[in-house]
Amino acid sequence: MTAAKQIGEPILTANSITLSFGGIVALNGISLTIRRREILAIIGPNGAGKTSMLNVINGFYHPQQGTITWRGEARRHMRPYQAAAQGIARTFQNVALFKGMTTLDNIMTGRLLRMRRNFLWQAIHFGPAEREELEHRAHVERIIDFLEIEAIRKVPVGRLPYGLQKRVELGRALAMEPELLLLDEPMAGMNVEEKEDMCRFILDVNDEFGTTITLIEHDMGVVMDISDRVVVLDYGRKLADGPPEMVRTSPDVIAAYLGEAVAPSC
Amino acid sequence: MTRSAFSPVGDGSTPEPAAALDTFPKLLLHHRRVRPHRPANREKDYGIWQSWSWAEVAAEVEAFAGGLAVMGFRRGDKLAIIGDNRPRLYWAIAAAQSLGGVPVPIYQDSIAEEIAFVLDHAEIRFAVAEDQEQVDKLVAIKGRCPLLETVIYSEPRGMRHYEQSFLHDYSTVQQRGREFAGNSPGFFRDEVSKGRGSDVAIILYTSGTTGRPKGVVLTFDNIIITAKNAIDFEQLTDSEEVLAYLPMAWIGEHIFSYAQAYCAGFCVSCPESQATVTADLRELGPTYFFAPPRIFENILTQIMTRMEDAGWSKRKLFHYFLAVAKRVGLPILDQHRVSLAHRVLYWLGGVLVYGPLKDTLGFSRIRVVYTAGEAIGPDLFNFYRSLGINLKQLYGMTESSVFLCIQKEGAVKPDTVGSPITGVEIRISENGEVLFRSPGAFQCYYRNPEATAEVKQPDGWVHTGDSGFFDNGQLKILDRARDVGKLADGSPFAPKFIENKLKFFPYIKEAVAFGDGRPFVVALINIDLDAVGDWAERRGLTYASYQELAADEAVYALALGCIEQVNRDLAGEPALAPSQIRRFLILHKELDADDGELTRTRKVRRRIIASRYEPLIQALYSSAAKGRIETEIAFEDGRKTKLRADLAIRDAATASPSAERLIFEHAS
Repeated sequence: MTAAKQIGEPILTANSITLSFGGIVALNGISLTIRRREILAIIGPNGAGKTSMLNVINGFYHPQQGTITWRGEARRHMRPYQAAAQGIARTFQNVALFKGMTTLDNIMTGRLLRMRRNFLWQAIHFGPAEREELEHRAHVERIIDFLEIEAIRKVPVGRLPYGLQKRVELGRALAMEPELLLLDEPMAGMNVEEKEDMCRFILDVNDEFGTTITLIEHDMGVVMDISDRVVVLDYGRKLADGPPEMVRTSPDVIAAYLGEAVAPSC
Repeated sequence: MTRSAFSPVGDGSTPEPAAALDTFPKLLLHHRRVRPHRPANREKDYGIWQSWSWAEVAAEVEAFAGGLAVMGFRRGDKLAIIGDNRPRLYWAIAAAQSLGGVPVPIYQDSIAEEIAFVLDHAEIRFAVAEDQEQVDKLVAIKGRCPLLETVIYSEPRGMRHYEQSFLHDYSTVQQRGREFAGNSPGFFRDEVSKGRGSDVAIILYTSGTTGRPKGVVLTFDNIIITAKNAIDFEQLTDSEEVLAYLPMAWIGEHIFSYAQAYCAGFCVSCPESQATVTADLRELGPTYFFAPPRIFENILTQIMTRMEDAGWSKRKLFHYFLAVAKRVGLPILDQHRVSLAHRVLYWLGGVLVYGPLKDTLGFSRIRVVYTAGEAIGPDLFNFYRSLGINLKQLYGMTESSVFLCIQKEGAVKPDTVGSPITGVEIRISENGEVLFRSPGAFQCYYRNPEATAEVKQPDGWVHTGDSGFFDNGQLKILDRARDVGKLADGSPFAPKFIENKLKFFPYIKEAVAFGDGRPFVVALINIDLDAVGDWAERRGLTYASYQELAADEAVYALALGCIEQVNRDLAGEPALAPSQIRRFLILHKELDADDGELTRTRKVRRRIIASRYEPLIQALYSSAAKGRIETEIAFEDGRKTKLRADLAIRDAATASPSAERLIFEHAS
């Protein structure tokens, strides 16, 4: 790729978010912004609060203090389905698919929020309901083509290897046509080849659909390669926020990861 | 729908003299007139079979040819084509031929260096690539191939940020072609009519088991006459269904999915991706199918491993009726006398097992299935035939436009390749080599007169390099002539024969036997990761990699069982009894075309393997219990790394011929 991409205005701003469970403070006054079209990586050691941050962004958790501003609108309490309806989609650290359903059906569920006909219409599957399903199926087929999972279209996802399940989950998130895509460890447990594939898909999604992506990832090589900006969390605090090169050399980050001042090997 | 397979030369019923149908573009225009609305191509895309009629294909080809002409493609220019089977790439072949150019398909899994060799050797200025993956390879070698001017890509995905001015989108090229055709309407027709049957139709680079690839030059007459003779032989019509899934750069694929389709007017379908071929095959239900033996091996392996996972009752049923088919299937297919009870049982098996199995494999509508390219194991061959699938062998090569011999209905045997078809003459030289003379015989190797002279005599006879003989009018191929050798005691050694016996076991994917000039036979084994992996899983055997699985003691025992079975078979034939395998080892890596160990059509390159694994072969002929090897392996992206391993060597028990006979007598 040669042309530089245009990173736009902030679409999501988190302002001094504090979240605690009983006596444990998971997030301690975290502020961060997500800009349109960027790939933002959130990294940090185990228990740093990365997944909690994603959960706050898409409304799973409600912070005790602080606000989230999404597309210029501040909110304190939002339900996950409202976040989904407003264009925030996500995947999970532990794959959360319907194991007994096929790849196709799983991705189709990503279209549910966009279906206009009610349950009865769909049950009868006639006229407008049928047309609607065809439209959505066509959209899902484009995603299947995009993610190169034609061969597993009709396979129940429970029978798929882990790497492919992750890909199906990405497909389901894409089916929502999200503006912001949250990926929680999209490459965990994958071999090198699967990681390379996943990186390519993430970059392609960002590039072709202009989707803003926020991801949590432990593989530093991947993070440094694909992200435009990196936020480092440690014990609920924000340690660093900046381009990968800057974060890589930050003494605080090095100390948090390695406990001493040695450059991390990537 | 017409039932006549091909308008014969001189048929006065067509408005144009049919003698003019001597090139593929002319045939295309002929089909546009005769069967404009019948499907010519299908491709599964976005989950649906999209289809193009002959009239639509003609329009697409015309548009692309126009675009090529605007961009400076001239008569005699060559057009490289790299990618999986896609209608657009087949149209590119026809478009190049329409303009008097020569298509040069390249194996899609070739690494950049291999592509560079062909581009350079064939002086290629224009290339059509399927997608970003192929474009990347061409971009990488552009600097080394100064002649390459233009690269056209069919799939725009991922190409948005490529700014090289020599890259063009297929659709844009077609658009330019349509505008051009608007201004000069007669151009395409005129260009097509300039073509002659004696013009070069295609150059196919053969992978070759030795040395650099050679460009086989074939004319329209070579291909069309041969394709037509084979169509007449099998009485193919325009209602056949075929699936194009083998590499486009391989002559077989070119003949079945392009030449014969254009000659007979039938429809060619392209799968959604390489990974969906089995599912697409089932949906399509082809009537005419071709596969090299390894595909039939893979299918059998899949069936067997899936049946192992099936429930007890299904498994029992399956194996019972398979045994029935083995006993009476072949006699029934060949119309021999079979008792009524057996016929009823076979019919029942058809309802319960063979029918559903054929349906699952996509073979329920099949009329003719060919296998060629390599010898097929007799057990494998008979397995398919006993299910009622009309599997036949043929004999041919790139240099003969494929068809030399085909097995006739009712005269199909596992160990012959049939008798010569119309127009083909075959003779056996004094030293046992097969020679042929036929209308399909190639013109020459492109820019390689020395190699041409080695193979093709001035009087038209071509050396095949295979050793064989005639048995009751049917040709039998023994082996590559240069591979047949002798053991130290003088008894004959035919490595491929032994390897094929080994490869019939689902657990063994590849085997290489050595023994020429040696006191006994040894073998290098490649296990089949799917089959052995499945086997290991059922036994609770854990492994992290191919290397680990291959080195497992239990896997060695499994392979030993296969080898000793082969030894017992070999002992049954007095001439081959000395060729029993005494020692073997399981290789730590799969033999791979990227490492040069197999050809792109997956034939073993014996000499390269012998030199690369020299330390292992030495260890096999010593009394050592281990062999050490260091090999360089190439990743799919071309990177290379070193792999070091200590491999265990095992001795196999050999059977003595007399003992074998005793066992047989006891058993019967």
